[in-house]
Amino acid sequence: MKYVDEYRDPAKAKKLIKEITRLADGLATQRGRPVYIMEVCGGHTHSIFRYGIENMLPPSVELIHGPGCPVCVLPIGRVDDCVAIAEHPNAIMTTFGDAMRVPGSKRSLLQAKSLGADVRMVYSPLDALKIARSNPDKEVVFFGLGFETTMPSTALTVLKAEADGIRNFSLFCNHITIIPTIKAVLDSEGFQVDGFLGPGHVSMVIGTRPYDFIAEYYRRPVVIAGFEPLDILQSLWMVLKQLDEADARIENQYSRIVPTDGNRAALQAISRVFELRPFFEWRGLGSIDHSGVQLNARYAAYDAEKKFSVPAVAIADPKSCQCGEVLKGVIKPWQCKVYGKACTPQTPMGALMVSSEGACAAYYQYGGDPRVTVDNPLAGERAA
Amino acid sequence: MNASQENTLATLSGDALEDTRIRRSKMQSPLITLAHGGGGKAMRELIDDVFIAAFSNPTLNTLEDQARVPLTELARFGDRLAMTTDSYVVDPIFFPGGDIGKLAVCGTVNDLAVGGATPLYLTCAVIIEEGMQVETLRRIVGSMAETARAAGVSIVTGDTKIVGRGSCDKIFINTAGVGVIRQDHQLGANLARPGDRILVNGYLGDHGATILNARGEMHLSSPIQSDCAALHGLISTLLAAAPGTRFIRDATRGGIASVLNEIAEASACAIEIHEASTPIRQEVKGFCEILGLDPLYLANEGKLAAVVPEGEAEAALQALRGHPLGREAADIGAVLTGGRAGRVHMQTVFGGRRIVDMLIGEQLPRIC
Repeated sequence: MKYVDEYRDPAKAKKLIKEITRLADGLATQRGRPVYIMEVCGGHTHSIFRYGIENMLPPSVELIHGPGCPVCVLPIGRVDDCVAIAEHPNAIMTTFGDAMRVPGSKRSLLQAKSLGADVRMVYSPLDALKIARSNPDKEVVFFGLGFETTMPSTALTVLKAEADGIRNFSLFCNHITIIPTIKAVLDSEGFQVDGFLGPGHVSMVIGTRPYDFIAEYYRRPVVIAGFEPLDILQSLWMVLKQLDEADARIENQYSRIVPTDGNRAALQAISRVFELRPFFEWRGLGSIDHSGVQLNARYAAYDAEKKFSVPAVAIADPKSCQCGEVLKGVIKPWQCKVYGKACTPQTPMGALMVSSEGACAAYYQYGGDPRVTVDNPLAGERAA
Repeated sequence: MNASQENTLATLSGDALEDTRIRRSKMQSPLITLAHGGGGKAMRELIDDVFIAAFSNPTLNTLEDQARVPLTELARFGDRLAMTTDSYVVDPIFFPGGDIGKLAVCGTVNDLAVGGATPLYLTCAVIIEEGMQVETLRRIVGSMAETARAAGVSIVTGDTKIVGRGSCDKIFINTAGVGVIRQDHQLGANLARPGDRILVNGYLGDHGATILNARGEMHLSSPIQSDCAALHGLISTLLAAAPGTRFIRDATRGGIASVLNEIAEASACAIEIHEASTPIRQEVKGFCEILGLDPLYLANEGKLAAVVPEGEAEAALQALRGHPLGREAADIGAVLTGGRAGRVHMQTVFGGRRIVDMLIGEQLPRIC
């Protein structure tokens, strides 16, 4: 495939791996432990597993799979609220594909659909608007979720609904912001990540400047990375190079997509319709201040939480679930007590088993590299 | 009916039949209504004018409640009867490269053929949602008849039911198939052995990508067509060239990934495939890139995976490539010596290695 295969060239990968190994071996010897690099974004986690990148890397560098899978971190209580809206007799719930499977405390949207709720998969929030236009007697709700990547398209949809005078459309808003989340992870106890792969698509919207504090205040290097396998290897090499030079700055490997100042039109749309929530609950991480957005007063008429009464009950994550520790890199997925036993992709207990972008689901489905096999006491049980 | 009667019937064409055994009724209504399932005149019209007219053959035309097949006839083809059944529900019912009718014949023919059977007879049971245009039904049934004729199988008995609006999605078709397996064919998912090669007969994922695209939600224009085809001819070519073939399976729902997992599990072996040698069209790859899908899990309707002993693999590959339905056949991997039983791995183009697991639920497009 033109413009794709170029980023999957095994010969170039070999060269990068050699350089990564040289740098990481040196750094690991200094530290007396492997170098820990966190990829913040779920899209990166997915690519890392899909291309088998993790087992190409030397043992001197370990990847910590961060909190950037928006489907995974959605708390159970919010899923319950969404299901409650979907089950309203006059509602049509619309959402992206992988959000349909996220389990609530009673059921997922997919299960609600099988019981008769009108739940439809869309590829763009604008499709939800189309459904609203052709069903004037129904209230069409878009289950909006994701980081700054998907926020602009939701914002533009609300603006379009306003411009076209569509009143039977509303948003169940679960959009979250990346910066407070990274900060919360950095401040968490026992956090020992040496550097970051910065999220590519989020940065396409917000630009590279919002990460400056990570280099300045926390002295950790950040390389904003693309999603092709060579992007990821090159970015890892760039992080290691900074560490080797005892440097900490924000670099942009994904410059073909990410402008330093982000996308002004997208940011304007976001700030026109959204405002920060005082706090937002994350599955696995708990409540994080200013980490979520909601529609502002001007667009309150499009807020599904105001149009429908929702239970809004906070539901705690199951006690045995150790997603928070995995997200922060304190333990590896297979070191969790319930991984592969009570918690599998068919019956996810924790956030990270929910979507293929979650670290645990990715290990479960794509894992099985030699390192996992050696370290993983559960591996044998799984194969059986 | 004795043999001479049957021969006589077989030589009669449609119009002549009307004078002998069957009095054809013509459909009066342009729409299918609940009346066409009521057991009366309207139903008779539907059966005669749409189904019998299209499928016409001596066994069916007797209109008995069961098809009667002489055992001596069956015994000519081998020593074991093969039976299978499959129901077909697809949205949309017409798609580039085929329709639900063609699918219903090819799918069941293939389910027989992959066991080494010669497919001989099919049944056809349809459940139709009221309100369907008779012309639409004729197109589907015509497609079934044409596909069956090309595959050399007869549709010998059937059933029609009409249900109210909303009780089914336009039309559901069930076909059962009967075939006979030759004495020397012994195929099984549990027979894969270390060193065996895994062959496929061409590009994977075409059907799945076509159906997703034909639903029109993505607004992508694409030249991808369903690969829907009856594979029994190809399979008999393969078995002639590689008589030691261990196992054949058509890679329908769940795609090639699911078939490989079934083999690895049943034979308690590990399988490794190579992304670089796995044939997937550029268009299908691009489609999957956009939607975040994995082509290894996309359905096929004219693709098979064959497990062939190493020594016969080259001959098998050449035989497949010599057949019109196997031009792009490829050797995509092997059964490993050692490795964890039940596991399927893929060497990625990029030089990594990953597990190819069974699909969990349905593949859903990713959020971003």
